[in-house]
Amino acid sequence: MSDLTKMTLAGARDALRKGETTSVELTETHLKAIEGAGALNAFVHHTPEIALEQAKAADARIAAGDAPDMCGLPIGIKDLFCTKGVPSQAASAILNGFKPEYESTVSQNLFDAGAVMLGKLNMDEFAMGSSNETSVYGNVVNPWRRSGNDAELTPGGSSGGSASAVAADLCLAATGTDTGGSIRQPAAFTGITGIKPTYGRCSRWGTIAFASSLDQAGPMTKDVRDAAIMLEAMCSFDAKDSTSANLPVPNFEAMLTGDIQGKTIGIPKEYRMDGMPDEIEQLWADGTVMLKDAGAKIVDISLPHTKYALPAYYVIAPAEASSNLARYDGVRYGHRATLDAGDGITEMYEKTRAEGFGSEVQRRVMIGTYVLSAGFYDAYYNRARRVRALIKKDFDDVFATGVDAILTPATPSAAFGLGEMKDADPVQMYLNDVFTVTVNLAGLPGVAVPAGVDAQGLPLALQLIGKPWEEGELLNTAYALEQAAGFVAKPNKWW
Amino acid sequence: MSIDEKTAARVAKLARIKVEDDQLPALAQEFSNILGFIEQLNEVDVEAIEPMTSVTPQKLYRRVDEVTDGDQQEKVLKNAPDAREGFFAVPKVVE
Repeated sequence: MSDLTKMTLAGARDALRKGETTSVELTETHLKAIEGAGALNAFVHHTPEIALEQAKAADARIAAGDAPDMCGLPIGIKDLFCTKGVPSQAASAILNGFKPEYESTVSQNLFDAGAVMLGKLNMDEFAMGSSNETSVYGNVVNPWRRSGNDAELTPGGSSGGSASAVAADLCLAATGTDTGGSIRQPAAFTGITGIKPTYGRCSRWGTIAFASSLDQAGPMTKDVRDAAIMLEAMCSFDAKDSTSANLPVPNFEAMLTGDIQGKTIGIPKEYRMDGMPDEIEQLWADGTVMLKDAGAKIVDISLPHTKYALPAYYVIAPAEASSNLARYDGVRYGHRATLDAGDGITEMYEKTRAEGFGSEVQRRVMIGTYVLSAGFYDAYYNRARRVRALIKKDFDDVFATGVDAILTPATPSAAFGLGEMKDADPVQMYLNDVFTVTVNLAGLPGVAVPAGVDAQGLPLALQLIGKPWEEGELLNTAYALEQAAGFVAKPNKWW
Repeated sequence: MSIDEKTAARVAKLARIKVEDDQLPALAQEFSNILGFIEQLNEVDVEAIEPMTSVTPQKLYRRVDEVTDGDQQEKVLKNAPDAREGFFAVPKVVE
């Protein structure tokens, strides 16, 4: 067999079914690759015993002819997902030592389908960040480097560990979560595919909450077909999540025909930002031509409230975070500060949260507290929710005119250097999500597809935005774009 | 909107996060910058627009009001920093 770590999910699935390899062999090969990739700091909790046990069980299922698509395939799980008996701490010190007594629905779905967990993946603390520099485990390093330059680059965030691990072939695929772009931006920075499904497709149960009205899980994979396969396994209706959608989950892979004849693709003029690098502009124009050549009709569209998406997001997400993170109080789980004589319960809360939360998390919890506080609730929080309604209406209006999908850049730049944004204003970092955050606010599915490299050899991606619940059609358009773009570049192994 | 140190201290108190006095000026400045960014929202005409409550047009499910779970005291307490005699233990709350 050629290098097993280079396989796709689809390729490995087919090889397993033909008996060309075993899940144990696939798993051992990946565990070895992880061992040799400490420099990337992608895997932060290793679970080789669980992996080998799951792999043996998967091999038995395959031998018995009962093998769902994900059966026997080794993947990584973002640290945000609660995994039973395995540290699950959202890359935060406040959840030090926390081992859930339960399994998240998404990881349970994957395990039920026979997937093998290699370990837990690094991320920004509580999924708050765009560079994976806010993690208690330290930075994740992007396997990609600028040509002729050894500077360490960010893999993006918050699902930076997932992105780095998939791009470096440490696992066949990984779970991610996306609240404002946390699947699509790191996928774009590392030359892999990532889809955030429609809000409600994946259960949020057992996924550590950041902003509940925006959070969605999704797969991060080596190509579009793999995204279709893994997404189907992750999705389900779940009575334990009150916003879970009670809809049948289609066979997404079967919808990948590559035929987009007659489809209408919208190009939103508001995504043409001032100061956008020429290379991104060119990539977007090239992508438009590719979809046109594949038979799609291209139309110019307007999403007039785009500019207000980021400020609305930076009210709504911190507001929800401040409520969700109120539970970390040093009483029920995780870290509790050492108290001085005479300290009461308020001091316990204040010291525990000051010690346990990193600075970005503290900042967002406090912003959220402020915008929800008496006297400001209407001016900030309710106004942001009104603007959010207008942002969603922009998309509804465009889809009502017959547009099937929307093409935009995925990120405003290629991966930047770790530490490069250290002294920047937090708002500068927030601008990373400018093209992705609208999709979360509107609850829509969005997929990042690698489509080219910049002058320094770094991957660049385009984003396709689809109609609610139409992930299958969206993935098919992404598949057509992938075929046309023919992106095959891989990072040179230096780690 | 400019946030002063007093307001920053009040927000930290509400959020139950201890912030040392010498950190307050920097924190107030950060809040001011972020809120300045957020204030672009004032340009939008939101007259007659209802605040969004659900991004997908679905009602929350109802279920029969009955006990479906329980008897998991040990599991519930397993991750507690301080659990005693079947309870979470905290510093004295009532004098």
